[in-house]
Amino acid sequence: MKFSKSVIGGAALASASALVLVGCSPEGSESDSTATAGDSASTGAAIIKTNGSEPMNPLIPVATNETGGGKIIDALFAGLVYYDATGAAHNEVAESIETDDSQTFTVTLKDGWTFTDGTPVTASSFVDAWNWGADPANSATALNSYFFEQIEGFDGYNAEEGASNPEMSGLKVIDDSTFTITLNAPNSEFPLALGYSAFYPLPESFFADPEAFGKAPIGNGIYTLASADDWKHDVQIDLSVNDSYSGEREVMNDGLSIIFYASQDAAYADLLANNVDVIDGIPDANLATFGDDLGDRAVNQPAAIFQSFTIPQNLEHFSGEEGNLRRQAISMAINREEITNVIFQDTRTPASDFTSPVIDGWSDSIPGSEVLAYDPEKAVELWAEADAISPWSGTFSIGYNSDGGHQTWVEAVTNSIENTLGIDASGLPYATFADFRTDVTNRTIAGAFRTGWQADYPSLENFLGPIYYTGAGSNDGDYSSEEFDTLIDEGKTASTPEDAIAKFQEAQEVLFTDLPAIPLWYSNVTGGYAETVDNVQFDWHSVPLFYEITKK
Amino acid sequence: MLMYVVRRLLQAVPVVIGTTFLIYFMVFSMPGDPILAMFGDKTPSPAVYDALAAQYHLDQPFIVQYGLYMKDLFTGNLGTTFSGEDVGTVLARTFPVTLKLAAMAIAFEFITAVVLGLFAGLRKGKLFDNITLVIGLILMSVPIFVLCFIAQYFVAIKWGWASPTVGADTSFANMLLPAIVLALSLFTTSMRLMRGTVIDTRSRDWVRTAYAKGLPARRVIPVHVLRNSLIPVVTNSAANFGVLMVGATVTEGIFNVPGVGNTLYQAIIRGEGPTVVSFVTVMVLAYVAINILVDLLYAVLDPRIRYA
Repeated sequence: MKFSKSVIGGAALASASALVLVGCSPEGSESDSTATAGDSASTGAAIIKTNGSEPMNPLIPVATNETGGGKIIDALFAGLVYYDATGAAHNEVAESIETDDSQTFTVTLKDGWTFTDGTPVTASSFVDAWNWGADPANSATALNSYFFEQIEGFDGYNAEEGASNPEMSGLKVIDDSTFTITLNAPNSEFPLALGYSAFYPLPESFFADPEAFGKAPIGNGIYTLASADDWKHDVQIDLSVNDSYSGEREVMNDGLSIIFYASQDAAYADLLANNVDVIDGIPDANLATFGDDLGDRAVNQPAAIFQSFTIPQNLEHFSGEEGNLRRQAISMAINREEITNVIFQDTRTPASDFTSPVIDGWSDSIPGSEVLAYDPEKAVELWAEADAISPWSGTFSIGYNSDGGHQTWVEAVTNSIENTLGIDASGLPYATFADFRTDVTNRTIAGAFRTGWQADYPSLENFLGPIYYTGAGSNDGDYSSEEFDTLIDEGKTASTPEDAIAKFQEAQEVLFTDLPAIPLWYSNVTGGYAETVDNVQFDWHSVPLFYEITKK
Repeated sequence: MLMYVVRRLLQAVPVVIGTTFLIYFMVFSMPGDPILAMFGDKTPSPAVYDALAAQYHLDQPFIVQYGLYMKDLFTGNLGTTFSGEDVGTVLARTFPVTLKLAAMAIAFEFITAVVLGLFAGLRKGKLFDNITLVIGLILMSVPIFVLCFIAQYFVAIKWGWASPTVGADTSFANMLLPAIVLALSLFTTSMRLMRGTVIDTRSRDWVRTAYAKGLPARRVIPVHVLRNSLIPVVTNSAANFGVLMVGATVTEGIFNVPGVGNTLYQAIIRGEGPTVVSFVTVMVLAYVAINILVDLLYAVLDPRIRYA
């Protein structure tokens, strides 16, 4: 998952700052396609300027797990598949990805793909890159190594310190343009994941010196970092169009400049002054007015981000039949419509399931989803039934990190619960995101706590398995249901996408009965573009499709 | 004079050691685990966790971490940020920007304060004096971020006279707006100090003597009044300079100035101990150096201090 603190916690994302005193004009770069911040109206090359943040890790696909670096990596590399604006996956470097049993996949590559250093993209470019990322010896760098956990022979988690496993047994190179992937267990949705950055190929030069590569990456994507000097640390990075890109996505501009902002306010001010072309975040203070400021250039649509709060399974009064009644009562006591409207100015969309509307197969009418409707009478009734089993005592609390702008909605939700059910409910703030996650991870948090999930790739399963499957890495509430696990397993082995979707919807029915987490809403992507550009579309994971943007 | 400089320098040593220790201790005691924070809602595998902890010495007890850090510091190694950059490099990049912004702001502040303060003092109780007082009080009581947003909205967005943010282009012209805003937020104190001293100086014996000698006001005021009234303003502006050197975090954030304040803020958020301590250490050194300079400047302005 690429995390951005504004989505899942923390404070405003973005590192930003710093630069060389002289740094304005890009001296020394061969092309003058590099733009400078400040004078957008300048003539010449159509450079798209957007907001971003200084990467927190070296620019290596498998090392980048946050949005700042992710945006750059996605521009620089092309994977086996790419995602269009609707989240559908299309083959990119792959000619075909075939499987008979959803467990062993045969990947055939298209001819003619090269990296910007001229070397060809072969089966080894993928296999070696993945093996490097999965090797426990590289675990301090390869923060995204968990992506390979499905592949047979991955042992990055259990390795002793200093251990090395340079090759996963599940990857086999057949010839220059063919390789096979064998998974630990069948997963029909695995090809959907292959567009994610952890699965990008790497050129041979990477393996000689990963550290140098992280400063001046060589990719095969739509854009390229022509020179390491085009990355002005803490200020901006200037990407030019990669002439050797061989994919089917057509580039409609001459380059991309990602300007690093410390605050969303600064980016928004620049947008209003036409100093930046597209931004993918609106500061809280402007949420109420950005629709008027920007008119039809404002963007506000659901994203692949699901927000909820988790009630741990072992919380007193919340297990067994009593717990089930209480979970339902709490869910029905929350007026999601009103909260998303009043507190978020409609920049959240009330949840109707456990996934997101931008995912193929999403449905707002899964049986059981009625518990998400605000129904105070029913809530009181259910709560009373639970009290009959064991009388309620204490306070219902929702833990959150107070550095991420969560206080207002947590208070609104607890007020809603308090007023409907007549019990004490309150927020439990933690000073920092780090502090909050520490207590969640160690299971020392008292009461319920906020949880958010941003999908890694456009699949229903990605919203379900990693969070609610027994023993899954992000199963912070320790939920365990045999029925749910079976349905997920069945969905993963289904032979057609339709069958898989049906199984995952059934799995959600189980979740609606057990309510391990109370769905709240989907975060919207809020953004906008300046009068200087046209053709702006945001993709399923809330990033503009930069290559399509045209400059006026 | 030499002894004076040496004594001041020696006094700085415990200040620097004490501050770094305190800062290191405070950063270390910040709640939460910085490694877990790097992963967002995911939980890193134990192998990844241990590798990262070892890399940043986070697996060692506090005093060992501090010892390792100080050892590195004195050998010129300021450590690396979480993104693998050398902290020294980051400092070398951000410090000049902040320095430039601070110098510009202080120059504006000093000139405005001296000019307005001088005339206000000479016209004590008159309309001009009162107007500067009211404007000064307003600017002083408005929080800095409000000033920043107002300036950014009207000057840059509405009227288009300047770029709303600084970003890559840290030229003089582009940094004018944030520098003026900073100057506005600071100048009141200096201006009022200037006014008070001018009023005081005007009634001194030597001024009366000068007038009695028949010197014209155009000579008495610059030479006898102005010069002798500058000391408190110089002190105050220099103290402000020290504060700005440490990074005007809010202003730098709003105008996206790639300076020290911005970077430090980000480092604190991420719990990057070494980055924070290195920055603060350099800031303490800068602050101490500026204070020494100010004391020396006194001596230039006022011979009585020099010979004391």
